[in-house]
Amino acid sequence: MSEPKMSEPLLSLRDLRIGYGGATEAVKGVSLEVRAGAVVCLIGANGAGKTTILRCLSGLLRPRGGSVHFKGRDIGGMAAHRIAALGLVQAPEGRQVFANMTIAENLRMGAWLLKDRAEEARRRDMVLTRFPRLSERIRQLAGLLSGGEQQMLAMGRAMMADPQMLLLDEPSMGLAPLFVEEIFRIIAELKAEGRTILLVEQNAQAALDIADHAYVLQSGRIELSGPAAEIARNEKVVAAYLGG
Amino acid sequence: MFAQQLVNGLVVGSTYALFALGFTLMFGVLGVINLTYGFYLSVGAFLALFATQHGVSIWLALPLAALASGCVAVLIDGLLLTPLRRAKAPELASLMVTLGATLLLYSLANAALSTDIRRFPPGVIDANALEIAGIRITMTQCLIIAAAGIIVSVLLWVMNGARIGLGLRALAERPDAAALMGVNAGALVRLVSLASGTLAGASGVLIGLNYNAIQPYMGEVMMLKGFAVIILGGLGDIRGALVAGLVVGMLETLTAGYVASSWKDAVGFVLLVLTLWIRPSGLFGRLAVKRA
Repeated sequence: MSEPKMSEPLLSLRDLRIGYGGATEAVKGVSLEVRAGAVVCLIGANGAGKTTILRCLSGLLRPRGGSVHFKGRDIGGMAAHRIAALGLVQAPEGRQVFANMTIAENLRMGAWLLKDRAEEARRRDMVLTRFPRLSERIRQLAGLLSGGEQQMLAMGRAMMADPQMLLLDEPSMGLAPLFVEEIFRIIAELKAEGRTILLVEQNAQAALDIADHAYVLQSGRIELSGPAAEIARNEKVVAAYLGG
Repeated sequence: MFAQQLVNGLVVGSTYALFALGFTLMFGVLGVINLTYGFYLSVGAFLALFATQHGVSIWLALPLAALASGCVAVLIDGLLLTPLRRAKAPELASLMVTLGATLLLYSLANAALSTDIRRFPPGVIDANALEIAGIRITMTQCLIIAAAGIIVSVLLWVMNGARIGLGLRALAERPDAAALMGVNAGALVRLVSLASGTLAGASGVLIGLNYNAIQPYMGEVMMLKGFAVIILGGLGDIRGALVAGLVVGMLETLTAGYVASSWKDAVGFVLLVLTLWIRPSGLFGRLAVKRA
């Protein structure tokens, strides 16, 4: 496998179609690109197909048609654990922390594929520095954390894999405003470190503020795409998603 | 004499605990009630019987027969349940499929082996007994307690101390999230099938030795007790299966000794009903932690 050239996107979707059995498709031909080092956001109303796309990218759903390439490699329909091993890691919608495990154990699970214990400890220190709240409760069961803390844990767990690209599905959903601010501050930090992120958000304003590039998804199709700043000024977007 | 009864109860309880551990492991991690589970007990008992009839020592026959039962479990799980898992079929589907398979497997075993009770060849295990402070412990009983102790220790260490146990717990709780972390669910499912089939097989050999009676349906009888034990312990809970197995075995033995042996088999089911009335989540079952 050759390393992708600078000009090639890290992740590219071509005419991706996904369905849940039956004739109707939740995603009806989506093309999208994410370049290394970029933060790209995918916004759209509830049910537009954002989560479906992310689940497919991570191998939890098989595509019905089209292609998905990561690092130049076709990953459409590849098993989830193999996609994670390639460095495409997701913090899923609804946090999905392991409630019956401690925070420490959740973080260990994030480094499941890592064999090097010293490296695991180093990453854990980095995550705990970034999320001091987790550090205070390291031996607590994750199920006892608040929603915001669970989101931090879900992101910290994904960071334990030291991913080449991070998929964040609705990281601010259902959180108190203070936590929303905190989560976006952390995404900004990750961006400043040069991490590649595909961010799915209902909080379109915050997502557009942070992203380089944006795609607007409507009923399974890309309605609009462009630099995030331009999308944020688009009249239709303002009317539909930014409460203008 | 009471101390003697306690030792006998510990022996019976150890075999129950082993059997229940495999069942609860399968349910806890794979999330299915696999009714073919009892069949692996019969497989283990018969394989050990045949091996010892061909002159293999019981010390070698026990681990080999147990592991072979585990392999049968992997095979059957792969044939019956993997396709259902892939199709995300409802739980009822796996219950029905394993029910059908159980009936078929026992009929085949019955046709091939008949329901005659078979016994291990004489001298398969040293007939002498230890006598400690007036309590008689046969070599068979020593073997059962030692084997159960070793197997249970290894299992507890794997589930709580080893990295693989962490992955199993993750898979049990959230299969999707575990896959996102890079957990190879298919491989772990096979590992769990192997481990639980091995536990059933080992308990089959030990139960066969304890009563020196082997016949195809012995797994089916244990299956009912297995249900009582894992519900008493808390479905899917490892410690629960261990403690409940010992408790049921002990109470059965004491009932047989001090009440009447005809009441012995009722013990498990009385406990089952009491558990469901008083504490449906079982001794160790916890209410699911509410997710935000």
